[in-house]
Amino acid sequence: MSNTDSNKNYSQDLFEIRNMMEKSSRFMALSGLSGVLAGIYAIVAAYLAYKIFYFSDEIIYKSISYGELSDNVIKLVGLATATLVLALLTGLFFSYRRAKAHQQKMWDATAKRMLINLAIPLFTGGIFVLIMFSKGAIGLIAPATLIFYGLALVNGSKYTYTDIRYLGIFEIVLGLISCYFIGFGLLFWTLGFGVLHIIYGTVLYFKYEK
Amino acid sequence: MRSYLNNLHKAFENRIRLGVMSALAVNESVDFNTLRDLLGVTDGNLASHLKSLEKVKFIEVKKTFVGRKPNTSYVMTKAGKKAFEEHLDALEKLIKEQSR
Repeated sequence: MSNTDSNKNYSQDLFEIRNMMEKSSRFMALSGLSGVLAGIYAIVAAYLAYKIFYFSDEIIYKSISYGELSDNVIKLVGLATATLVLALLTGLFFSYRRAKAHQQKMWDATAKRMLINLAIPLFTGGIFVLIMFSKGAIGLIAPATLIFYGLALVNGSKYTYTDIRYLGIFEIVLGLISCYFIGFGLLFWTLGFGVLHIIYGTVLYFKYEK
Repeated sequence: MRSYLNNLHKAFENRIRLGVMSALAVNESVDFNTLRDLLGVTDGNLASHLKSLEKVKFIEVKKTFVGRKPNTSYVMTKAGKKAFEEHLDALEKLIKEQSR
């Protein structure tokens, strides 16, 4: 075997090793397109929230008292939940499609690991938000969702594309800024869940799916 | 002959065995079906390569139950980890040397 031949072989070996380490430890069926769609849903939902039952966080923050929840708040929670469910279903659908196209299983050890690591900060945040809700600290709910969502992404990014880590960091920063500007929760939500998702979805799409 | 070439292990000359070791290097344990899907090989082929890695004590079988179904998964032994790392180092040096 000549020198260059063996070099080629060993390089191929190294490529194989890297590829296998990556493939066996990271969930690669995450879809950029579903990120873009999730962002669009978020913007539409924010627009609906603004148009149909416009209110300012600040007004509610000041006026809320125990046992007297505004009808609008309930409606807003409903709208947010519906948006979340729609975004999750879209994500599942596109991941399933991508996994199928690459003849991989969508539900494997890597998917499980990523989801568990996403879920820990996300559930913590969810419970935290519910507690704030019950205590009437409505104004801090939007910032808290952004911060905990960002933390979840940073945590989960170790088990999928590393780009997700930067998305997570941006969400955290946005969440912290919005803590200061209480009353603009809807605007920061639109930026965090809408605009950032669209940007990152597009980046992922062109980087890995094109 | 450079000394580090002794660290290139015969056991890793095959792509499938190399792949198995790579997957086990970054995961606590990997089960048989996952390995098969990752490498895109047949059951019989994978089994024989796993057996040969087992024989040199680079990997260990871990039998567990998922519900009532037996589940065979594999873990890297300490010796396997050491050998794999030496192999990687040797590969790295070799390629550096030749691309100079």
